Amino acid sequence: MSTPRPYSNPYVAGVGLGLVLLATFVLVGHGIGVSGAAASVAAAATDAVSPAHARDNPYFAAYLGDGSRSPLHDWFVVEVAGILIGGLISAAMARRVRPAVERGPRATARSRLAYAFAGGAVMGFGTRLARGCTSGLALTGGALLSVGAWIFMIAIFAAGYAVAPLVRRQWT
Amino acid sequence: MTGLSESLWLALLLGVGFGFFLERAGLGSSVKLAAQFYLTDLTVFKVMFTAIVTALVGLGALSAVGLVDLARIELPRTFVLPQLVGGLVFGVGFVVGGYCPGTGCVGLSSGRLDAVAVVVGMLVGAFAFAEVYPLLAKFYVTTPLGAITLPELVGIPGWVGGAAIVAIAGAGFWLAENIERRHA
Repeated sequence: MSTPRPYSNPYVAGVGLGLVLLATFVLVGHGIGVSGAAASVAAAATDAVSPAHARDNPYFAAYLGDGSRSPLHDWFVVEVAGILIGGLISAAMARRVRPAVERGPRATARSRLAYAFAGGAVMGFGTRLARGCTSGLALTGGALLSVGAWIFMIAIFAAGYAVAPLVRRQWT
Repeated sequence: MTGLSESLWLALLLGVGFGFFLERAGLGSSVKLAAQFYLTDLTVFKVMFTAIVTALVGLGALSAVGLVDLARIELPRTFVLPQLVGGLVFGVGFVVGGYCPGTGCVGLSSGRLDAVAVVVGMLVGAFAFAEVYPLLAKFYVTTPLGAITLPELVGIPGWVGGAAIVAIAGAGFWLAENIERRHA
């Protein structure tokens, strides 16, 4: 077993992320997003299981369009596939790819997975209400000085710090 | 090649770059991400604000020399209350789940099973939102301010607003380094 290499300096990695975001602004005319792709996948999955149900839903209907093209045929879905690949390349280069349930020393794997699923669901709901996530709204809109992006970002940190003491057993 | 497929190759390439730097920074680790909320490791703040400042200053410079027309870049629209409440809900999910959507993706690709659970949960959350959307449709469009920037809102030149954000980020980095030293 090889030991994982140390992480990059956060400021260096931040400049790298910022340059990718800048290139996206200049070359494509919008930013980087993730949660919209999740909604596209959810819309496509619902459409596959029950086309009538998906089409009757006003929120998913917008993602499905006239039905001539899958919601997966979308810039952000392809970009998220890239994020998965990029993450794998970096993790493999640093020998950090390993199956594990990351958790604090006092948490069990089972409780951690349950919290992760529940937290993911709550977060996914929040992204749809806010029209974006930390990438597509906070980071993208933050760099463009969007008012809503900064409201969203401050709300995330406020709620995170408020709730952190309640879930301390999961992490510390 | 059609224009669309070229644009999708670009989407893939830019996504690879984004995922690469997220993982480099250590943001594929939920324990490291959650440490932001216990003030023991402020990598999330440092990476995020460095990225914001880099893109902000880069855009400002490119627009100053006439290489970029800022009006042609899509500015996320503002809906005050939905984004405030959405951010609060998101923040709760973030600290409970340990990943945000982008970092969940790179956690997943480095094999973290808790990241898989977050990503699956996120899809369920998006589905749940769609299911209750008819009840939320009115709230979803309340308090719209349109595509508006902070400098426009307060009535100052864009570059002054940008410089203020850079100064705030700089002060934040200084504070973050001090907090980490105190908790080390």
